[in-house]
Amino acid sequence: MCIPRGNGRLRMSSLSRIAAITFKEFRQLSRDRLTFGMVVMIPLIQLLLFGFAINTNIRNIEVGLLDEAASSASRFIVDAVRATQVVNFTEAYHSPQEAEAAITAGRVRAVLVLPRDLEQRAANPASRLPLGQWIVDASDNIVSSALLGLRNMPLDFKAQGSARLPAPTFEVALYFNPERRTPVNIVPGLLAVILTMTMILFTSTAIVREKERGNLELLITTPLRSFELMLGKIVPYILIGLVQMTIILTLGHVVFAVPINGAPLQIVGATLLFIAASLTLGLIISTIAKAQLQAMQMTVFVLLPSILLSGFLFPYEGMPRGAQWIAEALPATHFVRMIRGVVLRDASLGDVPEDTLFLIGFTLIGLLIATLKFRKSLD
Amino acid sequence: MSALPSSRPDADIAIDARGLTRRFGSYTAVDRLDLRIPKGTIYGFLGPNGSGKSTSIRLLTGLLTPDEGSVSVLGMELPRHAEKLRTRIGYMTQKFSLFGDLTTQENLFFIARIYGLPQRAAKARIEELLSTYALADKRKVLADALSGGQKQRLALAAATIHKPELLFLDEPTSAVDPENRRDFWEKLFDLSDGGTTILVSTHYMDEAERCHYLAILETGIKRADDTPQNLMSAMRANVVEISGPQLRQAKQELLQTPQVFSAAQQGIQLRVLVDKRVADPITWLRERCAFPLAQHQMATVRPSLEDVFVMSTGGRS
Repeated sequence: MCIPRGNGRLRMSSLSRIAAITFKEFRQLSRDRLTFGMVVMIPLIQLLLFGFAINTNIRNIEVGLLDEAASSASRFIVDAVRATQVVNFTEAYHSPQEAEAAITAGRVRAVLVLPRDLEQRAANPASRLPLGQWIVDASDNIVSSALLGLRNMPLDFKAQGSARLPAPTFEVALYFNPERRTPVNIVPGLLAVILTMTMILFTSTAIVREKERGNLELLITTPLRSFELMLGKIVPYILIGLVQMTIILTLGHVVFAVPINGAPLQIVGATLLFIAASLTLGLIISTIAKAQLQAMQMTVFVLLPSILLSGFLFPYEGMPRGAQWIAEALPATHFVRMIRGVVLRDASLGDVPEDTLFLIGFTLIGLLIATLKFRKSLD
Repeated sequence: MSALPSSRPDADIAIDARGLTRRFGSYTAVDRLDLRIPKGTIYGFLGPNGSGKSTSIRLLTGLLTPDEGSVSVLGMELPRHAEKLRTRIGYMTQKFSLFGDLTTQENLFFIARIYGLPQRAAKARIEELLSTYALADKRKVLADALSGGQKQRLALAAATIHKPELLFLDEPTSAVDPENRRDFWEKLFDLSDGGTTILVSTHYMDEAERCHYLAILETGIKRADDTPQNLMSAMRANVVEISGPQLRQAKQELLQTPQVFSAAQQGIQLRVLVDKRVADPITWLRERCAFPLAQHQMATVRPSLEDVFVMSTGGRS
């Protein structure tokens, strides 16, 4: 290998130019109050919003009751249903017409109808007649599947001395999230979404802004090289990403009691891999976009599938094959898998080699594309 | 027709370009440009918008690669040595391109670090520049809050922070008032006295007249180059100023005559460029023009650079 003379000095000046860019970037950021505020507010607000608002575990659906039997058996069933906490009886009706009107008007999501011959049906399970009927407004899928879950609800009539229904076939043991709380799953996934959003947006607009304002025209006439400009611009955002990670995981742990089972080094390592991949994507966008608005549009273009397909909101397993392919191409999908494993199951990066390798490969190939596309000359 | 000292040894030449051509698609922005710019001079590119001034400067700084031709700047072949050349040249962009959200001092410090000035040297140099360019009391002011003239001086300070041997200025004073323009040129003459070669593009005649040498560009082609004085005396036309009634009609008639290159109204006068081969233009105009000029006052005057510009770029307006 041939090392030209004066290489050491060259490298020193290269480092000093990268430092100059980084220093300038921090100065500008500290003057830009809004962006500076967003660094902290985005994870804070999003975490609280998502943590409290998104709950895939449905409770207290408002329903009505049409009790035609009006017997002790019907009161027993209503109590048993109420005890599941899935529904909350808010209205009672005297006729099916009244019940249907209430659903149509949207006052309740469903009505439980208990027929006049309830006692006979309960006493004779061999007839296989259902005890009652749920009339459900099925427009919201999640609500209707919660109510469908009540269809086979075990009812123990022993207390009443009536016939016994068969015991459940399986016992279900829930690991890692026995209370089935949504935030445990949401918070690590949110880390992926927030980092996708801020990392890609900040880097892409930071470079496009200099293009727009003409700063780049000045910079390209100086001894500054394109990779020095890129590295110098990236460094501040790596630090910002780590600050956001700390905010999200600390708040998630304190407010939503999300267990942090993984080793801090593994968590930081996984996050850094994802930050690197996202920043690279931001750089590629910045080489394509001519204006900040375009950079923003392209960020949203990446952000939406990252929210919807990464497994952050909906399980990857439930997606059709095509959507899974798209999901596999997104860094966020791999990071969601990794970070849930590391944070919740104490996995290490070595336990998820495919995802680790994907993020490394994505970053390297992305950097290559960005550097090739970002031509220093104006040709 | 060039009076430039082409016999000079190459060591005295800052820019040597031969047959420089650059196309964008089917459009030729710079067409076979030949330049020989001696060191220590102020050399002007005069031309209307779109005449290839900026493209030429970009070719000469190595920002653009020429399609044809060769160029050597400060003895270095471009674009091969473009990176090495960067520390020896300064470039001031047409649009203010420093950082508006950094202060005067921060901008200069940033540029100093990019050019690799050591900390202590950078501080001393920045102090020197702040006082030279009367920005000392603006050191803590954000660049966005500076006036047009101050921004211009800050940009010049930044472009010269590393004491370049060759300075490129792309329409440097298009955004400032005449007084600031004069001050700015004083600074340029100071730099020139200090040995800096300056290449400046402009479309202002008064600015062009200050240059030691001038190239007139039109649609990417160099129409003429010489000292402003030589350009004016070598012009192929005499200038006649006519004053009197009905100048608009007079102009229309005059332009029908093939010996009249141009007739332009300036206030109450009509400035007419007549072929030099016409020996006595005033008598000739009175006798030959279809429009009666008997009552009009006429006088031959010294040509201006604008006349040279009109002649070089085709005239007939």
